Amino acid sequence: MTASAKSKTPTHGRNEPTITPEIVREHGLKPEEYDRVVQFMGREPTMVELGIVSVMWSEHCSYKSSRRWLKTLPTSGKVVIQGPGENAGVIDIGGGLAAVFKMESHNHPSFIEPYQGAATGVGGIMRDVFTMGARPVANLNALRFGDPKHPKTRHLVGGVVAGIGGYGNCMGVPTVAGECNFHAAYSGNILVNAMTVGIASKDRIFYSAAAGVGNQVVYVGAKTGRDGIHGATMASAEFSDDSEAKRPTVQVGDPFTEKLLLEACLELMATDAIVAIQDMGAAGLTCSSVEMADKGGLGVELDLDKVPVRETHMTPYEIMLSESQERMLMVLKPGREDMARKVFQKYELDFAVVGHLTTTGRLILKQGGKVVGDMPVKPLVEQAPLYDRPFVETKAPAVIDTKTLQVPSDILGSLKRLLGSPDLCSKRWIWEQYDHLVRGDTVIRPGGDAAVVRLGDGPKGLAVTSDCTPRYCQAHPKTGGAQAVAEAWRNLTSVGADPLAVTDNLNFGNPEKPAIMGQIVGCIQGMGEACRALDFPVVSGNVSLYNETNGEAILPTPVIGAVGLVPDIARCVTIAPKRAGETLILIGVTQGWIGASVYLREILGREEGAPPPVDLAAEKRNGDFVRTAIRAGRVSACHDLSDGGLLVAAAEMALAANLGLNLDPAQAGLPEFAWWFGEDQARYLVSTSDPGALIKEAAKSGISAKGLGTFTAASALTLQGAQSISLDELRRAHEGWLPAYMSAPVAKG
Amino acid sequence: MKSAIVVFPGTNRERDMALALRRATGRDPAIVWHSGEALPKVDLIVLPGGFAHGDYLRCGAMAAHSPIMAEVKKRADRGVTVLAVCNGFQAACEAGMLPGVLMPNVCLQFVCRDVHLRVERSVRPFTGRYNAGTVIRVPVAHHDGNYYADKETLDRLEGEGRVIFRYSAPDGTLGDAHNPNGSARHIAGVVNAKGNVLGMMPHPEDLVDPVMGGTDGLGLFQGLAESLAA
Repeated sequence: MTASAKSKTPTHGRNEPTITPEIVREHGLKPEEYDRVVQFMGREPTMVELGIVSVMWSEHCSYKSSRRWLKTLPTSGKVVIQGPGENAGVIDIGGGLAAVFKMESHNHPSFIEPYQGAATGVGGIMRDVFTMGARPVANLNALRFGDPKHPKTRHLVGGVVAGIGGYGNCMGVPTVAGECNFHAAYSGNILVNAMTVGIASKDRIFYSAAAGVGNQVVYVGAKTGRDGIHGATMASAEFSDDSEAKRPTVQVGDPFTEKLLLEACLELMATDAIVAIQDMGAAGLTCSSVEMADKGGLGVELDLDKVPVRETHMTPYEIMLSESQERMLMVLKPGREDMARKVFQKYELDFAVVGHLTTTGRLILKQGGKVVGDMPVKPLVEQAPLYDRPFVETKAPAVIDTKTLQVPSDILGSLKRLLGSPDLCSKRWIWEQYDHLVRGDTVIRPGGDAAVVRLGDGPKGLAVTSDCTPRYCQAHPKTGGAQAVAEAWRNLTSVGADPLAVTDNLNFGNPEKPAIMGQIVGCIQGMGEACRALDFPVVSGNVSLYNETNGEAILPTPVIGAVGLVPDIARCVTIAPKRAGETLILIGVTQGWIGASVYLREILGREEGAPPPVDLAAEKRNGDFVRTAIRAGRVSACHDLSDGGLLVAAAEMALAANLGLNLDPAQAGLPEFAWWFGEDQARYLVSTSDPGALIKEAAKSGISAKGLGTFTAASALTLQGAQSISLDELRRAHEGWLPAYMSAPVAKG
Repeated sequence: MKSAIVVFPGTNRERDMALALRRATGRDPAIVWHSGEALPKVDLIVLPGGFAHGDYLRCGAMAAHSPIMAEVKKRADRGVTVLAVCNGFQAACEAGMLPGVLMPNVCLQFVCRDVHLRVERSVRPFTGRYNAGTVIRVPVAHHDGNYYADKETLDRLEGEGRVIFRYSAPDGTLGDAHNPNGSARHIAGVVNAKGNVLGMMPHPEDLVDPVMGGTDGLGLFQGLAESLAA
């Protein structure tokens, strides 16, 4: 044992018990993990010390099960300024500007208390972004709910959507894009993944590494209360039937305070006062102080009596582990305290010098003049367990032979059912509750492939999207992981953007089960492959494991949030064609891939089969062609093909423009349903008034481009001049499901 | 035209408003913090959208008591033009500068979408650029935009020609289906008795640029610039 490792046992906090194996277990530490703690401490920890280790070593903070695999993802590239490891990723978007972004989950709290869980998730991710000096300019969210028939689902949808809106709207950050799926696998574990994109000056990015021995450590923002204690540990455990008893561990958000904190931080950041800054998110004061000290290779001493608290008699344990929201920790340059204090006073926020940096490499906590905690910083971060968990690769499912399927002959009837199904229906009911216009920069609104916000005075813009197809990931994780990346890349391409980089939010079940670990490994491998092929590095991310209830796991859901750059917002296109007479053209090859499709599930009631293969070279080739055509003004609208296939996308384009559409017969040699509803990848629909030129251009590049029909002034979608369905009928199905579901009378049971 | 935008803690649409004013006048408005800052001498004062003081009391109730509001009221009494949008409208009502109150939307949800407004009167300084009866498309983004006043007040407002905008269909017809929040008599915007203070829930400042999808809101700002040209 080294001399520096051992310290005198500090004073126990008031009413704090001594550690028993029971208490260790309640803190989510395995006996061997606890042994490691005793070893590096050189003694038994006190309660507050145990609490600190338990959150620092939780899956949520340490990535102990996923780190080994996360390291395989490509994280560098010509645009990358900061990859994973900071509060958010940073990329260069030209003109001296940087985009700062990250996605983070708030799954467990949102299930227990949907409004506050979702709201604080949004608040947390925005703090991650503005703590780096960026002003948030766009929010996104990826939501997964359970079976619509499950008695809790509707309550969760309503609460989560209101919570996201309640927080983001008040902050004045437009919520411009997202996705929402339903599946029984999420009935006991919903997913609420929130993403924020911010803009900063490239040379004014703020980091969390503390520097300057003796420099003051300053606490700003809201007061610390007893809320959210052990949230990070809760986020790293499975649910059981009594999870709702955990409600008190969910934090309560105050978006107004966060709005003030945002403005105060940005105002102070415009000066030279700040050395380092870190938001207090998961594990609160513990995580922020330990990470700042560790990154700077320093020690930190905190006087807990100086921490602004909401309640009296808070123990060191409670103060250090509270996840009260809207708080930040900063290290200030010497002599800047008064100026900084004035900024925070203007916004009526707490400002308290709570400690200073030391050379000891230790985290020392004092209360009432006594040392109540004393532990080395490095092992808290570096000796966190790293597991190479055993895994079983998911077996590749059989490819479904479309010729053997018995399907309804009514193509337009199937279309109507798909457009009105929970996964494919319009999510207007959701995004109209989000202020998607505030800041006056929203060029492309929600409801299409990607949203676009203007940068400064233009003409550049940022395109943003989030994507994942969990049923593909379930069927074959590697293909699913690659597909999520490819679809995000396509969505950015569809508005005319250059895809630049991604953030990921990896949601899985219990990694201690080899089958689940196999999903994690497979999805990450697929993502890595696609990111490398598409030059689409991962710059930030979040992992949410143990999404299981009573042993039942969610579908593997590696959500990809992506950012692209639009050189000229005036040349962006949406999914809406501009006028009757334009021709609809399909870019890419169709084999009629029906395995793991929405059609197979919704129309035939089967969830099986191999998902569509992802050909990354074809993705690149077709996408580059489409983007060039958009930029050259050769197409008036574009929509990527994904869930539901060709006919769903074509109908969405017609509905968006309120134009009729006459479609030619299906491609010869394919069953009709497979042509219209197959989910082959690397495909786009574009609308153009000069189809000849576009098709010729495509042929030159060896790209498949095929005219499918014509947009018309009539208000119907017509197949082969025979079958027809009115736009009104399609629109009612598409727009109707979600509002009807949310307003249906409560079932009496 | 010189203008100033008042910013309360929690205001969040000052940027949108500044962009619109700059587009219409070629000048940047002054941005004035609600306390400790003097309101400059301007031709137009704007109370913009947001969630002043978090709107944890009634919307706009605390903003109405912000230090700067006494001065805003004084200037309005002297005839300075005031444009109060969304949260600003709520604050102006709470401050007694306009009659009525904004209650929670009938659907009890936040609503962000484009709506159509029928311009009821073409009158300077606000709507001189529009013809009466014209229908414009602008977004709403609010949770509490349900305009309410007692019958006598509403009758008086209508009688005095103080209802400036109503929610309508694209063709100008009125009906509950076109009213996003349940406002009495589909009222979207009203002026005070002197006609120099306009309160409205929709956001004309968010549709002033073709690249954002429309310019129907620009006429309001151009009209102000024209009427208040120094």
